Amino acid sequence: MIKRIGKYVAGLLAQVGEATEMIRSSFFWLFRSKFEFHQAMNQGVAIGVNSFGVTALTSLFTGMVLALQAGNTINSIFGDPIFVGTIVAFSLIRELGPVLTGVVVSGRAGAAVTAQIGTMAVTEQIDALYTLGTNPIRYLVIPRMFGFVLTIPILTLFSNVFGIIGGYLVAVYALGVPGEIYMTDITTFMDVADFLHGFIKSFIFAFMIGTVCCYKGISTRGGAEGVGKSTTGAVVTTIVLILVLDYFLTAILTALGI
Amino acid sequence: MIEIKNLHKNFGEKEVLKGINLQIPEGKVTCILGGSGCGKSTLIKCLIRLEEPTSGHILVDGKDITHLQNEIRLAAIRRHFGYLFQEGALFDSMTVGENVSFGLKYLTRIPESEYPRIIKEKLALVGLQEDVAKLNPSELSGGMKKRVSLARVLAVNPKVILYDEPTTGLDPIMSDIISDLILDLKEKLKVTSVVITHDMHSAFKIADYIAFLYEGKILLHGTPEEFRKTDNPYVKQFVSGSSHGPIQMKLMKE
Repeated sequence: MIKRIGKYVAGLLAQVGEATEMIRSSFFWLFRSKFEFHQAMNQGVAIGVNSFGVTALTSLFTGMVLALQAGNTINSIFGDPIFVGTIVAFSLIRELGPVLTGVVVSGRAGAAVTAQIGTMAVTEQIDALYTLGTNPIRYLVIPRMFGFVLTIPILTLFSNVFGIIGGYLVAVYALGVPGEIYMTDITTFMDVADFLHGFIKSFIFAFMIGTVCCYKGISTRGGAEGVGKSTTGAVVTTIVLILVLDYFLTAILTALGI
Repeated sequence: MIEIKNLHKNFGEKEVLKGINLQIPEGKVTCILGGSGCGKSTLIKCLIRLEEPTSGHILVDGKDITHLQNEIRLAAIRRHFGYLFQEGALFDSMTVGENVSFGLKYLTRIPESEYPRIIKEKLALVGLQEDVAKLNPSELSGGMKKRVSLARVLAVNPKVILYDEPTTGLDPIMSDIISDLILDLKEKLKVTSVVITHDMHSAFKIADYIAFLYEGKILLHGTPEEFRKTDNPYVKQFVSGSSHGPIQMKLMKE
């Protein structure tokens, strides 16, 4: 039993080591090769722009349900749905915006990235890159990392906006809160630090999603079954890490006063 | 010239190459024969460091590349090599034409306006018409994929070409065209070729030297003439393609 746990931990540490090596190599090649601008733009579109619809939809409904739950609870305690805007906006901007966007993008685009790179790995296309004068870090990883890191923070902003709109719709049309009050509830209590809090999180999530999904792709072995395994592994790992990181990031950022 | 000295390669606990000694002379065709799973592909992958050997040495023009870690220097070594992959390994996100010209962008300074001419020329060399360039790899048959892949290798004019089963999956006539092409490259461009194969007909036609790999070791290394005359029962069985002989006995014992 102890032996098995030891083996598992050793395997996990080896994977972390290899992923770290991939990041090191990414920085190495980032400054030593021509940047694949065209590839990075394509990836930005595939990862970010194409995830816009599903991110907007999930955020809209999250904002709506937040307003509904908060409104009803506050109503039953105070007899009036006050501060609905504050609760919706705080939850979204500091927490749910970055987390939901991260989860949605890793499920939608992260899985695709792992499956694509993984298929290339098992069909020797990665080896072929080496023999044709480039390598998977330059050609595949760096453009995808840019795709994730550039688009997830922007998507998070949109997610916040759509969530607040969703909350507005429910607050105004279902709970009868005047629209102006909903908005002043937000602007009075929000400041730049709250935005920064969510924004920093979204950057770190994006970097983590890119790293895990590219690493899982490159390290794929064993045909179609291997691709399936690494894709599942990538999605599960990123979603768990988003939630775990979220707690620690909140603790650290709050301690720093952000 | 490539020299392989006492090369070992393990995957985990499994020992695939058990001390290979082999010299690959410049401008000649060296065929590596052996049954499936005997470590042929692993051996040529070690030559361009797609796999890192566990121990031993590989010298390319006197330079030891066995454990070279510097990525830029490794890339500099690899640029002299072409590698024909067993299943072609074409990039399926690109057209045939983009596949063929892919290496030009990274390995040469040829302007992009020249690409169409080179694509046409190299496709013609492997017996394919120009209009194939617009197709996607998924629209090609297995044999065509292999030929496109060879055109992609030829496009960058490598000094050494490693062929991983170039004739497997091709019809006999196309196999012979590929064999002729390998000989042609040797004569006209002095290309060094290392050919993994179990196509005996092709091996005897193209090889200057043949090495027979069995269970991670080289049993016999010599000219095709020596292979025809050998008394080694393993080699004899393989060359004649018989199901009776020591090789099967070994298989059953495992």
